[in-house]
Amino acid sequence: MGQYEAVIGLEVHVELKTKTKIFCGCPTEFGGEPNTHVCPICLGLPGVLPVLNKKVLEYAIKAGLAINCSIAEFSKFDRKNYFYPDLTKAFQTSQYDLPIAEHGHLDINVNGEIKRIGITRLHMEEDAGKLVHQGDTISSSFSSLADYNRAGVPLVEIVSEPDLRSAEEAKAYLEMLKAIIEYIDVSDVKMEQGSLRCDANISIRPVGSKELGTRTEVKNLNSFRSVQRAIEYEIQRQIDQVEEGERIIQETRTWDENKGVTLSLRSKEEAHDYRYFPEPDLTPLVISRDWVAELKNGLPELPEAKKARLIAEHGLPEYDAGVITSSRALAEFYDKTVCIHPDYKGVSNWIMVELLKLLNAENMEISEAKISPEGLAKMLTMIEKNIISGKIAKQVFEEMFNTGKDPEAIVKEKGLVQISDEGQINSIVEQVIANNPKSVEDFKAGKEKSIGFLVGQIMKETKGQANPGVVNKLLKDKLNEL
Amino acid sequence: MELSTIHGLRDLLANREISAEELTNQALEKIEKIDDKIKAFVTVTKDEAIQVAREIDQKRSKGESLGPLAGIPMALKDNMCTEDIKTTCSSKILYNFIPPYSAKVYEKLLGAGSILLGKTNMDEFAMGSSTENSGFFPTCNPWDLNCVPGGSSGGSAAAVASGEAVFALGSDTGGSIRQPASFCGVVGLKPTYGAVSRYGLIAYASSLDQIGPFTRDVTDCALVMNAITGHDSFDSTSALVDYPDYTRFLVNDIKDMRIGIPREYFGEGIEPEVEAKIREAINKLEELGAVVEECSLPHTQYALPAYYIIAPAECSSNLARYDGVRYGLRVEDADDIVSMFSRTRDQGFGIEVKRRIMLGTYALSSGYYDAYYLKALKVRNLVKQDFDKAFEKFDCLITPTAPSVAFEFGSKADTIAMYKQDVCTIPINLAGIPALSLPYGLVNNMPVGLQFVGKAFGEGNLLRVAYTLEQNSDQTRLEPSLEGVK
Repeated sequence: MGQYEAVIGLEVHVELKTKTKIFCGCPTEFGGEPNTHVCPICLGLPGVLPVLNKKVLEYAIKAGLAINCSIAEFSKFDRKNYFYPDLTKAFQTSQYDLPIAEHGHLDINVNGEIKRIGITRLHMEEDAGKLVHQGDTISSSFSSLADYNRAGVPLVEIVSEPDLRSAEEAKAYLEMLKAIIEYIDVSDVKMEQGSLRCDANISIRPVGSKELGTRTEVKNLNSFRSVQRAIEYEIQRQIDQVEEGERIIQETRTWDENKGVTLSLRSKEEAHDYRYFPEPDLTPLVISRDWVAELKNGLPELPEAKKARLIAEHGLPEYDAGVITSSRALAEFYDKTVCIHPDYKGVSNWIMVELLKLLNAENMEISEAKISPEGLAKMLTMIEKNIISGKIAKQVFEEMFNTGKDPEAIVKEKGLVQISDEGQINSIVEQVIANNPKSVEDFKAGKEKSIGFLVGQIMKETKGQANPGVVNKLLKDKLNEL
Repeated sequence: MELSTIHGLRDLLANREISAEELTNQALEKIEKIDDKIKAFVTVTKDEAIQVAREIDQKRSKGESLGPLAGIPMALKDNMCTEDIKTTCSSKILYNFIPPYSAKVYEKLLGAGSILLGKTNMDEFAMGSSTENSGFFPTCNPWDLNCVPGGSSGGSAAAVASGEAVFALGSDTGGSIRQPASFCGVVGLKPTYGAVSRYGLIAYASSLDQIGPFTRDVTDCALVMNAITGHDSFDSTSALVDYPDYTRFLVNDIKDMRIGIPREYFGEGIEPEVEAKIREAINKLEELGAVVEECSLPHTQYALPAYYIIAPAECSSNLARYDGVRYGLRVEDADDIVSMFSRTRDQGFGIEVKRRIMLGTYALSSGYYDAYYLKALKVRNLVKQDFDKAFEKFDCLITPTAPSVAFEFGSKADTIAMYKQDVCTIPINLAGIPALSLPYGLVNNMPVGLQFVGKAFGEGNLLRVAYTLEQNSDQTRLEPSLEGVK
């Protein structure tokens, strides 16, 4: 990259998880047979009128507050006019010049450095339907099926300032945004289900330049990975273009995940004139300051604050605190566990090492795992009480992860209780000493290390169930007696 | 005459001197007999009407409680959705559209017990002042079949004037109830914006459209208003106010009522004979005790041009959904989606609708928005302020409803001449206030309309002054001879 700097802004669409659609009473539920979650209103039949779902306004304000926006006192809806078969009214009811929230920011952490990313605005709008083209590609299909279940599902669009400078920063921003939205519980923010969607505006300029280069808008980014890959690709494409003495054309491009390239979709000249104007069927919104204050007070602790608290009050390392607070579900799991068993570092270690290892291996979300905070807390208590060893606990943990069974039941079922009975251990110690005269000699000769081997042998004999403390003590006593 | 008003028929029905079925059959027979000449109806719902009438008769014989309009046959302009009954807006693009739901006003009228005879003809999508813009056929004026009934609600006005329906509903965006009421010699009221739910009214210009009644006298107007007004949670622009019993304004007394005569609505552009009749009515009101004074609404001349920015702008967006994808007309032989859109719309829409879509699209285009649409909104505000100021002083204003009496078919081929038909009615829509057109005498044997204008939710004053004039004059109850259709 060298002499060039990338300038990136993200437009993120978040589907709000209200029970009903933005302007009618149809369910917002994902899936369902085509055209079963529809009514005259979301189908835009002649004569229908919209009525704003107040929950949508509430969720949008919450989201605006969570990303440090100021909430408008006066806001309104506008019509964005364009023809497309997925749009039942041939206009999208959206917000144009008076969005519900503006002038926010959020902080991201890239390579240990904190960077503040500006947020231009957050506005409410309705989703469109879904077209299923009959054929391999959109251009070769001769017909399309339209499913309007999604038409009228509420969205907020969050537009960032062009403050991002790399694909990595863009990814960090998106992850932080996702975590915040998840924390305030207004969306499922699942990219694979389309409840979180992202378009990227990308340009490059010589390092040190203050002017913005011509930007392209990249669409069809369906995963965090594709966001990062597409931005990396597009930055390089623009640099190559400029290096070859070509100009960047202002255009919309689409990311081809399989080929790993961005392709031109339409140029600026082909861009729509949306002919925005105020939606006459909805009255303007006057937002009471009391309500905003109430919603602000009701916001939960957000990831950044929680991370700071886990570092300061729970003594967690910054990295661990960052990972645990990066998802609401993980943070809740931690919170619930330490609430029962307040060994912060212990709980954090089990989550960071064992839990994440298993989740990653299975490519699972924590909500899909069977293990419960209660189970983990109980297991940790069992370690503390010397009922099981840490080593055994790993087996128990895996079993809990897969089956959700109670750790006591697992231990009992599999006979994994720790052996602390000195008599029982003593006999094994004697047996191991008898069977390993070489190691005993080594020890006597001053090779402290060989004791480790002997301990290992004892643990092997007891299938790991012997209490390590007792084993160590008895073994040392015996060796010293010799 | 007494036979064909709601209040007259209501007594006959209550006393069982006539059944709802008999009354409905009489109306249907009349439609059958004369509507091939008048052409007020696009759809006649004969079977449904008789069935509903029988149900009402049964309820009455069982002594069950009945709504205030029980057994009264009526008609709806064909831009109000009626479940399972074709609703076309008199447009080819909706020639086969059968709504799966009903407009709130239709539900209310059904709840009140009235019987739908059918759907009436109109200028396509309510754009026009003569019903000549219907995508199907023009409607004739019952007073003279060579003349237009006015528009856009010409079918509803003609149906009531000819006695086909006892009352009818129309919609009024720039005068579409009042001007045809004036041309056909019936009472027409455009209520305050927000007083009648627009849910199920197929939109032309959302911020101006309002549903209202056509009736044969002022008492009936109040009775229909009682049935159709009220807050509706399905319409965000519906007003949350206390809606009165409108019949309590039917008082034969206007002593000390303050009436303003806005000078901008008289003189140039108004036919002198029409103006003479209006002056005659004003004198009569003065005789009856009203305090009459001239006044000024200085921004009146800008209302028409502002309207022809705002209404087309909204219509360009409201009518965009007729694209052939989901319902209505779709051309069969399109090459791709864009040609399907454009050819469907080319074949489905008439010339006036296309003109307004083009006008509105232009006015909202990037680079022109501020100069046209935004400026028009500012003018609208000034027009509204004129009225606000006038109503500080007056209880109501009086103007002609239309500059002339009904004209002959084809005589207003010039678009601007046709647009000027609404010069007295458009400012009222821009201001969102109510206005009532009352027949007042004839000029060249055609009815003249007198427009009473009130402040927002001031329908009561309009009913009171119109009722008083009606009770004290022989010029307000007009009945066409129907010679031409016999």
